[in-house]
Amino acid sequence: MQKLGEELRNRAGQKIVDPEYLLFEAPREKVFMTGSEVVKEAVKRASVDASVSYPITPQSEAAHLIGELWVEGYVGVYFRGESEFGVMSEIAGCSMAGARTITTTSGPGTLRAMENFPMWAGSRLPIQLVLMARGINSPLSIQPDDLEVSFLLDTGCMVWYAENAQELFDMILAGFVVAEQPDVHVPVINVINGFFISHTRESVMLPPDDIALPPYNPYKAPMPPIDMEMPPGRFLRDPFVMKSNYISYATHTSWQFEVRAAIERARPYIKKYLGSLIEEFGDPEADIVLVSTGTGAAQSKEAVRLLEDEGVKARVVKLRTIRPFPINELRQAVKNAKVIFVPEFNVVGWLEREIRRYLYKHSDAEIIGGPRVAGGMTMPPEIIVKDVLNYLGKEVKHVY
Amino acid sequence: MSINIFKINEDLKEFIPQEVIDLEEKATWGNPKRGVMDLPYAKELLEEHSLCAGCPESMAFRYILASLPNPEDTIIVNSTGCTSLVFPHIALHTVHSLFGNQNAVATGIKRTLEWRFPDKVKDVIVLAGDGATVDIGLDCTLQSFFRQEKITTICFDNEVYANTGGQESGTTVQGHVFKMAPKGKQWPKVQMWQLAIDSGCHYVVRMSVSSPKKVEQVVKKAIYVAREVGPTYLHFYTPCILEIGLNSDDGLMEMRDKDKERFKFFEYVSPQAEEVIAKKKEEGLL
Ligand SMILES: Cc1ncc(C[n+]2csc(CCOP(=O)(O)OP(=O)(O)O)c2C)c(N)n1
Ligand code: SF4
Ligand SMILES: [Mg+2]
Repeated sequence: MQKLGEELRNRAGQKIVDPEYLLFEAPREKVFMTGSEVVKEAVKRASVDASVSYPITPQSEAAHLIGELWVEGYVGVYFRGESEFGVMSEIAGCSMAGARTITTTSGPGTLRAMENFPMWAGSRLPIQLVLMARGINSPLSIQPDDLEVSFLLDTGCMVWYAENAQELFDMILAGFVVAEQPDVHVPVINVINGFFISHTRESVMLPPDDIALPPYNPYKAPMPPIDMEMPPGRFLRDPFVMKSNYISYATHTSWQFEVRAAIERARPYIKKYLGSLIEEFGDPEADIVLVSTGTGAAQSKEAVRLLEDEGVKARVVKLRTIRPFPINELRQAVKNAKVIFVPEFNVVGWLEREIRRYLYKHSDAEIIGGPRVAGGMTMPPEIIVKDVLNYLGKEVKHVY
Repeated sequence: MSINIFKINEDLKEFIPQEVIDLEEKATWGNPKRGVMDLPYAKELLEEHSLCAGCPESMAFRYILASLPNPEDTIIVNSTGCTSLVFPHIALHTVHSLFGNQNAVATGIKRTLEWRFPDKVKDVIVLAGDGATVDIGLDCTLQSFFRQEKITTICFDNEVYANTGGQESGTTVQGHVFKMAPKGKQWPKVQMWQLAIDSGCHYVVRMSVSSPKKVEQVVKKAIYVAREVGPTYLHFYTPCILEIGLNSDDGLMEMRDKDKERFKFFEYVSPQAEEVIAKKKEEGLL
């Protein structure tokens, strides 16, 4: 950070502003952009120190664009790693050494990197991963499908889910702010549905690009950075407790609990910087509720509009965060629901499982897992409408 | 230099264990000429170790830590194995992350420290077993060499997966019977030092740790060359006395035996490394 007159500037020369100002108050201008381009715009305003990349469709373009920011001086360290396993370890090294970090991956890349995610959480690294969800092998698919998210739910990372490019932009900025809180300090994974968001253009409101988040201060972290600049001089990250005795078992256990507790402590910060863990859409009186995430939520909103034409009142509860799970928000939002549909972009219904778990004995609504599409299928709102009309015993005539 | 992080608040000194006070007062900081000759007098950076009694890895650790030219700004990245149990006892900032990703983590640390502290020398060293370096982590090891990362990689080759109970590794010699090779190893020992040369390392050594002075020399050379030129690699024989059935006072003899055959001293120095080494000799640092 350098002081220039009254203003603080980051190393790229941008004026440092409060996160609240950047997220909520700064004037915004409308642009027409893809989700990948929006990643660049968010990183540009985030005083990012380091990013490591590896090609995989559909996230490659976002990673290329972060590379352009490095050339332009907005990002300090950038290179292509050898594989997603290597990349996620390299970015961990960057984070341990005190950098604000972001990386991106998709599908098979996520699974190749898997061993790293609990290590990030256990080492309390506030790394941000933008996950552009795509199918996982086998058979090979590069198409949108979010099965990979189910593997990440218990890694100790926060998992957020953006519906569109605008939300992705805001979530990337908020992601750094929340993940780096000293009492949180765990990784954040921002998910979007690959292609639907990464490769399509939509209008997005952006603040000016000469302002940026305050730089990351590693000396506020709950564990010292690995830089030989902060006591204690004798410091091993992670805390290696692999001894065969009861104290080490108890230490490991309490550490695991603490990582989960840290995610819980993120709730008030998420409310502050994202507004809410959920978003509600449609007639609040409606007792037909579609609970979904990301593109599934977008299509559900469209389905609610179509259902209105059929004389059926329905509404959407969109989950912005899966970890922490918006338990109370969801229970409150479906209080009067008679039936809950869970549209998803995968074959297993991981979101339905989550919803059943948290609504068990908290809702009398019937929970219907579906409709589901996968392997690259789109989710036309009509298939949601059809499921709802079928459930109501109504004639399905406008849906083809 | 970051010696300050070892300074103890005067008001708290009475509550601090003597071995921690010794780190501030009796360890050699800020002196690139430190070396194994200090061992009997100076406070060591290794408090104790949790290896088997007489394990040659413990000697290697002591010699290496005594030889670091810049301990106050040195970071060591480790991997899973017998060595990792020693790391909580090392008075430096160290990392244990996963089994086999040590050169990737070290890459991120080195590059970030260069970005955060452009005016300071921060040495980053990797120290891991043969399984970690040559088998499961080979990709990360070699890729860091290809990328010319300014890191020193040290492999403790005990020719076995010791920590998991004695399984065959890539550096086990052909024919040796270990677990998972019940008929004897079917293929030759991996010549990792040669791979390191072919992959772009500028200073490469193969030897045992039987001679403390020699360890000091090669560690210093490797660190200086990594600082200024690119990757360096040290391949040390640190026999697993437990798995080859030796007594705790047999380690040194075993190494001396092998000094005459497969761990005969071998050194490779690239032309750029020659220059650095010559310069450091002139400065009296080697
Ligand atoms: C991904 C993964 N696979 C396997 C292991 C089990 N493991 C832990 S230590 C070790 C052996 C280490 O061997 P080496 O690197 O040669 O070190 P040594 O113990 O011989 O010093 C193995 C196989 C692990 N921890 N993680
Ligand atoms: S098992 Fe072998 S390598 Fe490990 S500490 Fe014991 S003697 Fe050393
Ligand atoms: Mg070994």
